[in-house]
Amino acid sequence: MSNYLYILWIPLLPLVTFVLLGLFGRKYLSGIAGLLGTASLFTSTILSFVAAKQYFFEDGKVNGVFQKIVALKYTWLEFSPNLSIDLGIIVDPISVMMLVVVTSVSLMVHVFSLGYMKGEERFATYYAFLSLFTFSMLGLILSSNIFQVYMFWELVGVSSFLLISYYFNKPSAVAASKKAFIVTRFADLGFLIGILILGYYGGSMDIGLLIERFTSSSSTQFISITSASFLGASMLTWGLTLIFVGGAGKSAMFPLHIWLPDAMEGPTPVSALIHAATMVVAGVYLVARMFPVFSMSEAALNIVTYVGAASALFAAIIACTQTDIKRVLAYSTMSQIGYMMFALGISKNGGEGGLGYMASLFHLFTHAFFKSLLFLGAGAVIHMVHSNEMKDMGGLRKLMPVTHIAFLIACLAIAGIPPFAGFFSKEEILTAAFHENKIIYGIALFTAALTSYYMFRLYFNIFWSKETTISHHGEGPWVMKLPLIILAACAVGVGFVPFSQFVTADGKPLVTHIDWVFSIAPVVLSVLAILLAARFYKNENDKSDKVVAGFGGLYTAAYKKFYVDEVYLFITKKIIFPFIGQPIAWADKNMVDGFMQLLATITAKIALLIKGLQSGKVQNYALFFFGGVVALSILFIYIWK
Amino acid sequence: MNISSILFYAISALILGAGVLAVTSVKIFRAAIWLLFSLIGIAALYFWMQVEFIAAIQIVVYVGGIVVLIIFSIFLTQNSGKEMNSPTMGKKIFSAMAALFGIAFVGNLIAQYEGFAYPSAKPFDPNVAEIGTQMLSTTSHGFILPFEVVSMLLLAAMVGCIVIAMRPKNDTENISLNNNETK
Amino acid sequence: MMQEIPLTHILFVSTALFFIGMYGLFTRRNLITMLMSIELMLNSVNINFVAFNKYLFPDNLEGLFFTLFIITIAAAEAAVAIAIIINLYRSHHSIDVEDATEMKY
Repeated sequence: MSNYLYILWIPLLPLVTFVLLGLFGRKYLSGIAGLLGTASLFTSTILSFVAAKQYFFEDGKVNGVFQKIVALKYTWLEFSPNLSIDLGIIVDPISVMMLVVVTSVSLMVHVFSLGYMKGEERFATYYAFLSLFTFSMLGLILSSNIFQVYMFWELVGVSSFLLISYYFNKPSAVAASKKAFIVTRFADLGFLIGILILGYYGGSMDIGLLIERFTSSSSTQFISITSASFLGASMLTWGLTLIFVGGAGKSAMFPLHIWLPDAMEGPTPVSALIHAATMVVAGVYLVARMFPVFSMSEAALNIVTYVGAASALFAAIIACTQTDIKRVLAYSTMSQIGYMMFALGISKNGGEGGLGYMASLFHLFTHAFFKSLLFLGAGAVIHMVHSNEMKDMGGLRKLMPVTHIAFLIACLAIAGIPPFAGFFSKEEILTAAFHENKIIYGIALFTAALTSYYMFRLYFNIFWSKETTISHHGEGPWVMKLPLIILAACAVGVGFVPFSQFVTADGKPLVTHIDWVFSIAPVVLSVLAILLAARFYKNENDKSDKVVAGFGGLYTAAYKKFYVDEVYLFITKKIIFPFIGQPIAWADKNMVDGFMQLLATITAKIALLIKGLQSGKVQNYALFFFGGVVALSILFIYIWK
Repeated sequence: MNISSILFYAISALILGAGVLAVTSVKIFRAAIWLLFSLIGIAALYFWMQVEFIAAIQIVVYVGGIVVLIIFSIFLTQNSGKEMNSPTMGKKIFSAMAALFGIAFVGNLIAQYEGFAYPSAKPFDPNVAEIGTQMLSTTSHGFILPFEVVSMLLLAAMVGCIVIAMRPKNDTENISLNNNETK
Repeated sequence: MMQEIPLTHILFVSTALFFIGMYGLFTRRNLITMLMSIELMLNSVNINFVAFNKYLFPDNLEGLFFTLFIITIAAAEAAVAIAIIINLYRSHHSIDVEDATEMKY
């Protein structure tokens, strides 16, 4: 059982790299920083694949069920014999699957950055931050204790902050990083409270123990948490909802999504790593990790479902109108994560009903590959045209053949065209939605069509449309092309992985089959959307502008991202600042500070009164001394005889 | 009232009278001379009490050493004929009252034992040999340890005087005056 | 020959001398005269030691020894004090205690 200890090295290697590069990078290692980071991550990736092979094919399965294995447990903070914060490594299907995803995508990003970031002054710092991020993400995945999850969760937030503000001389990047940090931090407050609620009622912070206690409806912990209620909902629902708020913050779910589009200010490979494949799916991972507990609360699951579905649709609509290619991809990410979320929400714990859970994680798996491919492709394009705007692009297909093909594959994959990866996972999600909730199914179907439309709008705008004005060829060095090729291969191939055999809610393999008749509707819708996009954008014309005029207000609203940012600004600047912030500031200035100043004034007054005693005149001191001696003499001779 | 008593009161009058003049005289040199008389009076009191060794020490150290040292320092630092700054009247009155109060207070305490102790029948006859033996003795009533400690103290004081009074290098006159006296 | 004088009379003399010294210490502004006052106070203590030894414990010599040591230490103290006074005179060109009041609030 404990022969998984080598897994410890998977997160530790990036940490070591981070320390090395962080301390010595800029001075001594700037030449080999990239290679060092890539090499250590390559080792981690190999180890992850070894672990996956060992777990899935050799000894993970006992009696046909995948086991949760705690490979390492170390009691760190012991508050009482019952409540301690442990550090541990958990090995189970989702953690192993996430290990593979995170290390592979991170490795691709590392390799790609060798070319993309070449010549940057803070090259070594960049790799140090990448390593720190990878370490935190891997630690988050492997955490066996919910408090440990929280610590790595915050570390992920910090390293994402560092990476987004990598170009710290750009005010917009600084603002974006602050926004990302504050918004996610705000959500993490909910997460922390949720953890404390679950920990308080569950009497433990250990995930396995919590799941065990809260899933048996006869345990004292379960009875106490469900019987305690607050504002009409049981504490279980509250705790889970708050945890989901934390997850929603990191996963950019509506209405906490506002940081994600702005976070595109970071270097593009960073967006590929953080905002496509790893950090933003941390929320999904968190819900999946706690899923057995979630499945005990109908209300919490409903919240997950509707927030996910709303985000999916909302983001897809906005994505159709944006012109910054990275922002389109950011909204697309948000939309796809919404997919994963509602798939989790409609799932049941195990059995046939657990299709949603499996589909969600399957989509996470495939999405990681094609979305990071899209981001890296976008990075290659940006690297070439030095702009994020669609209007500066067009007709690049001849200049960048490799990027073109890879991007096309990724677009087909995200659009759900068979046999690309996205098709399989999206089919599972749609099937699950169809069986559980028809409204959600409708939303999902519409979103899928929208997805195809905006992805191909993006594709045609970049690679077709008008003739290019750029004359120089070149897609960058092979280190930029290689990850694209590998990821494109993955985007084609990973859909065929029999995912349901490995990752399910209860650990038992789930038999799934592709229902081709069922698949007709989404595929046809997608193809129609693609054709529509082709008609509008394949050649330069004004058809799209006419349609835009037809939509009128809706288009403007979507282009302005439905004014969510403005609402936030309004709430903070017009409501919170004058009505809450300023009174508190007033109270702080006048009451708290006033009290302190009163103390200071009193002290100063007393000091002024008695400082005359310290006159520096030695005879006065002698007089005081004499007076004291006389007083003591009288005291001892006549009073205390 | 025999001659001894008369002698005691005369000596006491000399001590106190010279003492009062020593602390009230407005000219510093005169004050030093009155101090000298007061110290001589104390030496006389020791003679009266038949502790001749202490009396001799008193004359040698105080009269011959300390007062001379004080007079030298007066010459070094003062215009000796000049009248000193006098303290304020309020301070004088207050100090005088404090001193009188102290005399009354302690005198009251002493007066409670009026007449209790006349010299005991035993003669008190310390000779110098006895003092010397006990001073350097290591037995239970020996004073060898304080003796050594005091010798260290004197050494330290000597070194300290040199260090404190040493002038900066460019100003070397009168450098070792008070140190010579210490020895 | 001195049977008529009780111990208390000697104590009165030493007490008076002590407070005369104290008066000087309070009123004198010149450091050298303050030092003189201190010498007076020390001497009054010496008188006490000798008197007690003679009147109450004629078998012992402790009072004499204390007197001896006090005289010795007083000599050292006077030497150091005068060294300090001379140093002060050099830096302040005055040995008036009212002029040396830097060490205050």
